[in-house]
Amino acid sequence: MPLDAQAPDSGRRALLEAWGVVKNFPGVKALQDMHLELRHGEVLALVGENGAGKSTLMKLLTGVYSPDEGQFLLHGEPLEVSGPRQALERGISIIHQEFNLVPDLTIAQNIFLGREPRYGGLLLREGELNARAQELIDSLQLPLDPRQVVGTLSVARQQMVEIAKALSFDAKVLIMDEPTAALNDAEVRVLHELIRRFVRPDTGVIYISHRLEELKAIADRITVIRDGRYIETLDTPTTTVQDVISRMVGRELAGDARPENVRDDRHVMLSVRGMSTKALLEDVGFDLMEGEILGFAGLMGAGRTEVARALVGADKMASGSVTLRGRPVHIASPADAAKHRIGYLSEDRKQLGLLVEQAVESNIGLSALQELFQTLGFVKDRAVRETAERYVGDLAIKTPSVALTTKNLSGGNQQKVVIAKWLVKDCDVLIFDEPTRGIDVGAKEEIYQLLNELARRGKSIIMISSELPEVLRLSHRVVVMSEGRVTGVLSAAEAGEENVMHLATMRFIGDR
Amino acid sequence: MTTPSVTEQGQAGQPRPSLVPARLRKRLQQFLAFGGLIVVFAFFSIASPNFFNYGNVTSILLATVVIGTLALGTTFVIISGGIDLSVGTGMALCAVMAGTFITNLGMPVPLGVLLTVLFGGLIGLVNGLNVALLKVPPFIATLAMMLAAGGLALVISDSTPIYFSDTPGYVEISIGSIIPGADFPNSVLILAAIAIIAGVLLSRTILGRFAFSIGSNEEATALSGIKVRQWKIIIYTLAGLFTGIAGVMISSRLGSAQPGTGLGYELQAIAAVVIGGTSLSGGKGSIVGTLIGALIISVLNNGLQIMSIPQEWQNVILGCVIVLAVYADMARQRTA
Repeated sequence: MPLDAQAPDSGRRALLEAWGVVKNFPGVKALQDMHLELRHGEVLALVGENGAGKSTLMKLLTGVYSPDEGQFLLHGEPLEVSGPRQALERGISIIHQEFNLVPDLTIAQNIFLGREPRYGGLLLREGELNARAQELIDSLQLPLDPRQVVGTLSVARQQMVEIAKALSFDAKVLIMDEPTAALNDAEVRVLHELIRRFVRPDTGVIYISHRLEELKAIADRITVIRDGRYIETLDTPTTTVQDVISRMVGRELAGDARPENVRDDRHVMLSVRGMSTKALLEDVGFDLMEGEILGFAGLMGAGRTEVARALVGADKMASGSVTLRGRPVHIASPADAAKHRIGYLSEDRKQLGLLVEQAVESNIGLSALQELFQTLGFVKDRAVRETAERYVGDLAIKTPSVALTTKNLSGGNQQKVVIAKWLVKDCDVLIFDEPTRGIDVGAKEEIYQLLNELARRGKSIIMISSELPEVLRLSHRVVVMSEGRVTGVLSAAEAGEENVMHLATMRFIGDR
Repeated sequence: MTTPSVTEQGQAGQPRPSLVPARLRKRLQQFLAFGGLIVVFAFFSIASPNFFNYGNVTSILLATVVIGTLALGTTFVIISGGIDLSVGTGMALCAVMAGTFITNLGMPVPLGVLLTVLFGGLIGLVNGLNVALLKVPPFIATLAMMLAAGGLALVISDSTPIYFSDTPGYVEISIGSIIPGADFPNSVLILAAIAIIAGVLLSRTILGRFAFSIGSNEEATALSGIKVRQWKIIIYTLAGLFTGIAGVMISSRLGSAQPGTGLGYELQAIAAVVIGGTSLSGGKGSIVGTLIGALIISVLNNGLQIMSIPQEWQNVILGCVIVLAVYADMARQRTA
């Protein structure tokens, strides 16, 4: 129940407030005039698309960043925290999507890590430690044994440990980032029960979730943010999921640059059927046409990158088949994929896409080295250089020399180097995973034009992006995924932010 | 190879582009090691009158052969991001195999030498399979091979040296001289020849290119469609071939295969590689650097010996030199 505005204690300030908070990063306005109000005794849901600013806001609250402008108020008093530790001391606990637990330690050791009861500051009091943990566990009515090793627990129970740990700091504000992403429905219910037990008149919870359906069950109010701005706070009882979605996506599209549908007479280049992996994917199937940009939309963890990795053999497929140019192919490794002229441009350019310490020409020549640039094992250096120089010209890669170490290039130009690598290999299928991540606005436009140009030249492109406007702008068709499954394939004409978002938030785990 | 001069950096948004192009920096690294060698050499020439003469320089070169040969193979492994601890005892095992083939089985010398070198390749192949297919960390895989090879050398030889007294031609491989009139040991020429081969392999072939790529970023290389496992196996096998050559060189120089020796050579080889500017984390390095590193070690050993500094202190000084060399290299990279 939301606290009534006319309640007797309404005179006092809200538990936690944010006013006019601004945070800029080089080239990115992460937050502009952000507002937030968490009342005493409520669960406030915070929703927004990927990149709306939720994680920046959390990092400001826990002191990882400090705001450029504006301020936070805790109990009406200015809140300034210089780091997570200090945030904890002020009573703000955050539970991240990725747990911060040490798997080899016990539950009790994890909860009091760094704060272990000691004799004379040195000798650990293991008995006292377990007793205190037990006390905490009992007060939360958790089904846990403090002596159990955390690594042996299920995800749901590890989350309980995280919550117990957070509350052991006497938290007043508990922030939970996607707490139900890895839970089944029964576990979600247990979690919600736990949250309700925690909420007392002097505490509050900020609950970040993509799962709009479950907000009805747990949240008192829902704050929607978009593009780094506060949009609106809705009272849950009088709000529908559709209301929330329309506020989440309510931005105007950049121009009318919508792609046309691919002509029907094009051939199918690649088709995937029944692709499943042990970890996540479940019966994924789609067709990729010649000269098409096929967008993959979905929320974090929907399985888009996993599809790409399984397709190029970087991860193992548990089942499923791939047909390329009408023939069944077996792709067991990225080397096989390259042989079949499928190139994968990873979302993690620096770790997985480039040899950042090597020259631009070495990167451009890498994939095709064995095929094009050698005789009897000897590298044809001049051919590599000439090819690299040609592509530097073609793709307008800004570098003074192809011999320059790649790490000295800007993000956009590094991305073009990766694209050049696969073009040299003469790939017909290019899989772009987050092609514009970490690239500034102007360079993004160039990458978009390059993608369009490649499609016009007949390349088949899979484009995975968490930025919905980008997907809608470039894709001839859009595949939407949720929880490891394809929940819909939309043509350019059909695809809009609202219906994509609706398909992207479908839940499977535990039900149907 | 030209070194393009960078007078102007591209557009704004490029984060701190280096003013020194990659190629020039690679040279600089070798200058640094080379400069170190000159300094050490000049120091001993001044400090001792017995240092700089034909006989002593020749014996320095001769002393470089075994470490140098092992270091060549180790260079490839380290550039690809791995490590090989098995080259020392592997070399002893190969020497024992040469004795077995030539003395015990009576094979002709050329055949015996060929089989010994191939046997070295087999040791490397096993390392490569363990690392690439079984995914055993290189340190562990080659540590295991170090122990196994050292043990096998003793088992096969029954812990006694095997002499090559019946085949005088075998000894000639190392200490004979094919240059008429000059007293210049063949083994130095052999080291020069295999160093050139190694240099070409590293800088001119896809093998070398992929060694750098794998050491630079193994995952990105794999995702670029390179068969990383296959190339790793080849790289360890290559290091094994050099181990085999070193086994021939050391046993022909001594006139016998000494099964109990070998341990410690692998660390000297790694030291030579590291002094030569090859990064232990992979992706950087050169054959020229490794040769200079091996020369620095043998010049130090020789010079300190001539100055009558006890063996124990020589190791202390070598230890200091390694730290100094690596520190200087890191400092150079920070400023570059």
